[in-house]
Amino acid sequence: MLIVQGAVSLGLIFSLMAMGVYLTFRVLEMPDLSAEGSIILGAGTAARLVSGGFNPFVATFIATLVGCVAGLVTGVLHTKFKIPPILAGILTMVASYSVVIRIMGTSNVALLPHGPNRVTSVFTFLQEAGLSRQAAIILLSAVMVVVVGVVLYCFLGTEAGSAMRATGNNRHMVKAQGISTDAMVILCLMISNGLIGLTGALWAQQQGFASVDMGIGTIVIGLASVIIAEVLFRVRNVWARLITLVVGSIIYRLIIALALNLDFLSPTDLRLLTAVIVTIALTLPLIVEKFSKPIDKTKGRRK
Amino acid sequence: MLQIENLNKTFNPGTPIENHVLHDVSLRLEEGDYVTLIGGNGAGKSTLLGGVAGTFLPDTGKITIGGTDVTHLAEHRRAVYLGRVFQDPMTGTAANMNIEENMALAYRRGKRRGLGWYIRAKERDLYRERLSTLELGLENRLSDKVGLLSGGQRQALTLVMATLKQPRVLLLDEHTAALDPKTAPKVLEIGSKIIEAYNLTTMMVTHNMRDAIRHGNRLIMMSGGRIVLDISGEEKQKLTVEELVAKFSQASDEEFTGDQALLG
Repeated sequence: MLIVQGAVSLGLIFSLMAMGVYLTFRVLEMPDLSAEGSIILGAGTAARLVSGGFNPFVATFIATLVGCVAGLVTGVLHTKFKIPPILAGILTMVASYSVVIRIMGTSNVALLPHGPNRVTSVFTFLQEAGLSRQAAIILLSAVMVVVVGVVLYCFLGTEAGSAMRATGNNRHMVKAQGISTDAMVILCLMISNGLIGLTGALWAQQQGFASVDMGIGTIVIGLASVIIAEVLFRVRNVWARLITLVVGSIIYRLIIALALNLDFLSPTDLRLLTAVIVTIALTLPLIVEKFSKPIDKTKGRRK
Repeated sequence: MLQIENLNKTFNPGTPIENHVLHDVSLRLEEGDYVTLIGGNGAGKSTLLGGVAGTFLPDTGKITIGGTDVTHLAEHRRAVYLGRVFQDPMTGTAANMNIEENMALAYRRGKRRGLGWYIRAKERDLYRERLSTLELGLENRLSDKVGLLSGGQRQALTLVMATLKQPRVLLLDEHTAALDPKTAPKVLEIGSKIIEAYNLTTMMVTHNMRDAIRHGNRLIMMSGGRIVLDISGEEKQKLTVEELVAKFSQASDEEFTGDQALLG
């Protein structure tokens, strides 16, 4: 039960990242590696501010904005300086490691109880209302996921959102309709990295600390959630896809939690395991196709 | 409506593959002119169209559309004045989005994209009405993904989208070249019908001499990055393919070879 609770709470928090990754990978069809930078920027900013006595909600909001800035940098590098998207993301990611140490002042910050109210996170007020820490995390994360999901869905249905989806689909057409593809790419990267910064902020507050190396491999976690959602649920609507992203993110956490529970695996195997899960999820459709389909036309039977 | 003055463009200057594709091209289109642009491969006709559309900036020269100097305007900024249909049917529409989403994007050409919903309910009536003139049944398929349509249907849809907000100039870049021989003339007819209905100033690039003669009120032939022939009015109406071939070799001072243009 403890495993499931932990998986659900982390799964909910990381589904915000999954939405961010979905925006760049699937809506914009542009792989964005700055995610690993923006998640530690979000975590570091939130940790520094909360431990410095800031209201955790304000701190989380600012952390989100810092994530947006990372997206802005990647977007400008790609659109204005014509740097290929993967390299632009890597540059932002690498720079983020230095920036986050500047923000935190050190390579890791613990969120110790602070001030008379002993506030350590956005979850504190729910704990004070009588909820257990785990329940507080799940409740608040769920509310955030719903709010972000609804706002994101509505945005994708607006004129600007529609232009953004078209940009990922066909940039020639978008330009011919008088839309700046550069502006759309930058906006999408900012929203995506803002969501990932928010993920980092919540994650740091969930685990009680932020460190400069916590972001390594998180892009693959985001990607894993998206791929699991796509492999398990063949939906076409944007709203259905957003819901499946949350489910995919929780399933990923469950798989990881169960696997790490095995005796021969240690927590340091997490990233290897993640890579294996993504690989399996990506190749599964291929394998299924190979073993299910080919129908012999002459006999009308499966070969 | 469209004025091109002394346009020059060299691609890859200073390299072994340097290519001077436009030589001092000047051209003036009056309102309602329907110009067909013909020439061999590498004659510069598509480049000229791209120069008007803003896919590249010219080395020297000036382009004005309806009195507005657009020479240095980015592609998406001058799109306000232009309707465009491309050679590749995939280029003009967004395949993963449905017909009404595509049309709503086109309906807002030149407008700021805000946080309003991508379509208003009453727009659908307008879209249905415009699509019904195609007689392809697309008016009943507003929520179908454009990727499901055939190449010809997509070009027809692109034509409707390009003219949904009346453009000052319509640019057709060999828009039927990638279609099968049965569909191509239909899409051409649809285009000409729309152009006449809204009296659109149009530039149409084509490889096909017969199409160039049959459509439009003015025919321009390019060769080696220059305009070598400009025929309009009665002379254009009486023109035959044989005459055109003769004029071509005369004007361009080079032997006409069959693969430079399809005789249709």
